[in-house]
Amino acid sequence: MNVTSPTDAVHGQGGSASSRLTGSRRGFSVRSLLPLALVAPALAMVLLLFIYPLGYSLISAFTLPEGGLGLGNFAKALELYSRDMVFTLVIVSVSTVLIGLVAILIGGYLLLGEQRWAVRILSVLYRWPLFIPFIVAAQCMRTFLAKNGLMNNTLTELGLIEAINTTSFLDWRGIIITFVWKQAPFVTLLVAGAMAALDRATVEAARGLGAGRLRVLVQIVVPQVMPTLVVGLILSFVTMMSVLSVPMMISGGHPTMMTVDMAFRINAYGDYGTANALGFFSYLMTGAVAWIYLRRGIDKEGAK
Amino acid sequence: MTPLALALRRVPHAVILAVLAFAILGPISNLLLWAFAEQWYFPYKLPVTWGTRYWEVVFRPSGDAMASLGTSVAIACFTVLVCLAVSVPAGYALARLKLPLRALIMLAFLLPQAFPNLPVYINVARIFYSFDLNGTILGVVLVHAVHGLVYSVWITTASFAAIDRSLEEAARGMGAGPLRAFLTVTLPLALPGIMASAIFVFLESLDEFTGTFFVGAPEVTTLPLLLYTASMAGNYQIASITALILLVPSVLFMLVVQRFLRADVLSKVGR
Repeated sequence: MNVTSPTDAVHGQGGSASSRLTGSRRGFSVRSLLPLALVAPALAMVLLLFIYPLGYSLISAFTLPEGGLGLGNFAKALELYSRDMVFTLVIVSVSTVLIGLVAILIGGYLLLGEQRWAVRILSVLYRWPLFIPFIVAAQCMRTFLAKNGLMNNTLTELGLIEAINTTSFLDWRGIIITFVWKQAPFVTLLVAGAMAALDRATVEAARGLGAGRLRVLVQIVVPQVMPTLVVGLILSFVTMMSVLSVPMMISGGHPTMMTVDMAFRINAYGDYGTANALGFFSYLMTGAVAWIYLRRGIDKEGAK
Repeated sequence: MTPLALALRRVPHAVILAVLAFAILGPISNLLLWAFAEQWYFPYKLPVTWGTRYWEVVFRPSGDAMASLGTSVAIACFTVLVCLAVSVPAGYALARLKLPLRALIMLAFLLPQAFPNLPVYINVARIFYSFDLNGTILGVVLVHAVHGLVYSVWITTASFAAIDRSLEEAARGMGAGPLRAFLTVTLPLALPGIMASAIFVFLESLDEFTGTFFVGAPEVTTLPLLLYTASMAGNYQIASITALILLVPSVLFMLVVQRFLRADVLSKVGR
């Protein structure tokens, strides 16, 4: 921190003067390639270890088992797993929407809540699952949501349900609950951070004009943190599309998620064609979501 | 307002917080119960016999768990080194220097998180097979590092971008070379963000399951793989204790994360 104090004064007097200084120095720089050289190693890693295998998977998806190109793998994937594809898309979409809602509500409460004690408790509470790995979350839920798990036992003890009526949540509901439990804190952290960085004047002004807190949240706060929210939700969507442990550990039966099918095709049959065709479908689903994000970005650039 | 009315206004808040606390902490409590249960079966609502017998099984020096823990931590440390080595220069260039196609380059680092990983891991495993990288620590480190790059590059970029440019320019104005200005002014100021990204990468690697499942198994057994095997075999005590080992660093980081990731950095993530 002692670095900032003397230089703050310089900044206070006029950042423009110092930037003019460096502007005049830029002339002798031979380093138009330097920025690229700095980025190159990181980019090379992505190219070799991600883009290349990604291309490999695309080619493999269109390569028939007997050789030659064709759509045979897709036909087989659709025939065997179309139900699981719909199941996957629905589960991940519902989870994403729920995560967004939870993040906005918790973030909004933290920003606008007037019961200080409750805000303080909530800000400590919501983050617990933040960095808990999916596989640990799955193990927690595997016991918590079971027919004889802590959830049902607590509800019965409180007299909220009859012991006979308890059911296991270890099916599609369990997957959604686990996803929301695990991912909502991550998106909330991003959103709450963006909300904290907002200019409070607009919020105060709207409150002063008599707008309710919910209205301030929906009409003033959420639009301003939208970019952060969308980034968080897209990352969550894709993460959930690739999680193998949660569907395997929470819900063993059918229908199941595409990740389980892909692992099965590889481990049981060494069937890379069908697995990669399934992979292609999961790329399409996330591609559609990423497209929404990219289009937003382009719109924003256009607006400038 | 009367004290009674004030107290009454607190009730709905307290009820909602209690429900939320149960939803958030309940699953973790169930894990704790299993870790200390020696016997627990239907219809008992709590363990029938308590004890730490399974802890001795897990923490036997010769046991699988200790070996997996060592493997996991070693892989995570190597992954952090690889990520930081490439991300600090990249983050600086992305935040401060003129780069053609900057937005596209930023997106490239998002790619490993913007596409579902599992089908890619399948093919990484296939490619690694011909380079004898399958089932090696190096292979697993590389897979984890690519996945971690988005955190290290984006957070590093955001922390460099959040630093007042005039500080660096003042150092340059006083005669410091570009490298010296970077090392003595910019880097120290960006350090909290870089540390945060390092911890992100460490935890991502420590917790990673899918990539290790395809590229590392069965030769490389990390804690998540051990946990999975134990859980699927119905050995809930071993699974829960392994899960607890993974839980400790996660919860610790959760408690301190905001000290590293300030709001001004967070608001620049993804820009």
